[in-house]
Amino acid sequence: MAIQEQAQHLKTDVLVIGGGPAGTWAAVTAAAKGARVVLADKGYCGSSGATAPSGTGVWYVKPDERLREEAKASRYDMGGRLAEHRWMNRVLDRTYANMNQLAGWGYPFPLDDEGNQHRRSLQGPEYMRLMRKVVRKAGVTILDHSPALELLADEHGVGGAAGVNTQTGIPWTVEAGAVVIATGGCAFLSKALGCNVLTGDGYLMAAEAGANLSGMEFSNAYAICPTFSSVTKTAYYSYASFYYEDGTIVEGAGSKRGRSVIARNLMEGRQVYAVLDQAPEHLKPLLRVGQTNFFLPFDRRGIDPFTDPFPITLRLEGTVRGTGGIRLADELCATDVPGLYAAGDAATRELICGGFTGGGSHNAAWAMSSGSFAGEGAAAYVKKLGAHDGSRNLERKSTQPIVEEGKGSVKPSRAAEWVQAVQDEVKPYDRNLFRTGEVMTQSLNRLNGLWNEQREQAIEHTVDGVKAREAAAMTATARWMYTSALARTESRGMHKRSDFAGMDDNQHYRLITGGLDQLWVRPEQVCKEVVVH
Amino acid sequence: MIEVISESKCIACNQCVSVCPTNVFDRVADGIPVIARQSDCQTCFMCELYCPVDALYVAPESESVIGVTESELSEQGLMGGYREKVGWGKGRKPVASHEYMYQLSKRSGF
Repeated sequence: MAIQEQAQHLKTDVLVIGGGPAGTWAAVTAAAKGARVVLADKGYCGSSGATAPSGTGVWYVKPDERLREEAKASRYDMGGRLAEHRWMNRVLDRTYANMNQLAGWGYPFPLDDEGNQHRRSLQGPEYMRLMRKVVRKAGVTILDHSPALELLADEHGVGGAAGVNTQTGIPWTVEAGAVVIATGGCAFLSKALGCNVLTGDGYLMAAEAGANLSGMEFSNAYAICPTFSSVTKTAYYSYASFYYEDGTIVEGAGSKRGRSVIARNLMEGRQVYAVLDQAPEHLKPLLRVGQTNFFLPFDRRGIDPFTDPFPITLRLEGTVRGTGGIRLADELCATDVPGLYAAGDAATRELICGGFTGGGSHNAAWAMSSGSFAGEGAAAYVKKLGAHDGSRNLERKSTQPIVEEGKGSVKPSRAAEWVQAVQDEVKPYDRNLFRTGEVMTQSLNRLNGLWNEQREQAIEHTVDGVKAREAAAMTATARWMYTSALARTESRGMHKRSDFAGMDDNQHYRLITGGLDQLWVRPEQVCKEVVVH
Repeated sequence: MIEVISESKCIACNQCVSVCPTNVFDRVADGIPVIARQSDCQTCFMCELYCPVDALYVAPESESVIGVTESELSEQGLMGGYREKVGWGKGRKPVASHEYMYQLSKRSGF
């Protein structure tokens, strides 16, 4: 079927790309401000992304001064003191309001001893099914299985996006007054739970439109995971002991500080086993309920993780659990390009986490807060745009030409080779977890070559074309990552340089990066106050 | 990875085709859906959770096909087990509201 029978063309106020927590909050919030909204998800809004298959804690802190100060201090040093108090305050406020709103929408929170709802965590399937319902009720048009392939822009700024429906093969174009990128981070197709839709697409599209990125050196999160499984939930490993095959203990191994010990053993070819034998008996039934999916792989293989040692690995979660992403230029999550907004993992999370993030609570809070900030920002921008709205002269911004079916130049096998080539540079612990200038320079040189090879290739409006475009986004992401990591000649947050072991007070700044063919990086001061928009 | 679509149980509602984030299934005219792109499965278990008749099975192994059969799974009582634990389906209470969620948070901070 080489003939393109039809194309879908929509016009709206706000286009949201991505239908996870950040995207759905952006859509609902923009709609509440009176904007017409279209939401396009590359998978299915409700099941797609890192949140839907998981359970997560949420950074929900009552507005009590002492509690809030403790909450802000809890990860401030771990993050290399790159977070900003003003942003943490705003996110704590908004998360508190949004969680209460979720209760109003009917999320079934458990009850505490007094019979009040206990709003400290969310079960992904329940949460995202509810968000889809709320989005639909708000009158938002949802396009499922509709990856965006490129942004549209003119001299006024970004004005829409174009992509394809992977189930029907029909290309789509949405013209919009403003676009919110909520495409998640990049986990480099490592099969971390729910993460294979997260390939850095939003970073690439935003950069092609002229946006900048921030904190891309904080992109090397690895999760403890059974070797045979996709379930990258790490919280319960605080109850784990780690052993070698012969039953002797792995000295210094741990789920938080001791992860590098696990990595060094795995690098030397010594398999490490975990068993949750430190969990108190009375907590076991509670743990089973708390994270249903954690136990699923074990139950299905007949393993009791509380008593039976099982082999583990460290699976790359990239910027999904890392904190780098698109740079935000104001408090309503505008990017450096007019009309373009970013939220969730697609945007930098340094503003509340600095260079480190542990469990999901900050990430979940960031997604729902930045999502609603971006929705507000985009809706306000569209109102301001007013009269110009009708006279746009939009151009396609993809570096790679996006062409119709049958006219592309990438064989599916070639796209798979590119993916493998990127993974070879970003997955190994001796490249990306324990970093050195020499090794990262080698990786960056090869990745630059890979980009040069991909940038001229014509990408088809097909399932295979989408995969080739994902490969380009992964290549671009890896290049920004190592460009920033090379510029930060110290260790800070999750960025660990073997050749620069300590933290350097003179590098207490964020690193902004960007560019497509020629990459650049520059420091930006961490501000105590941000200008109110 | 997704391993089984039960021919006897599937009602061809195509919910799995809709909800799969990585587009693993294909609709079939006048038939039940097929697993068309198994290697794209990211082992997120969402299809199994959304299946209203427990006709799907996702094996925990994320990198390889293990080739398990429906009769083996039924014997071990594994079909539909995840959906039951999450508390989805008629007459069930969502695990999200389970009292242990609060107890766990109180006792361990999770």
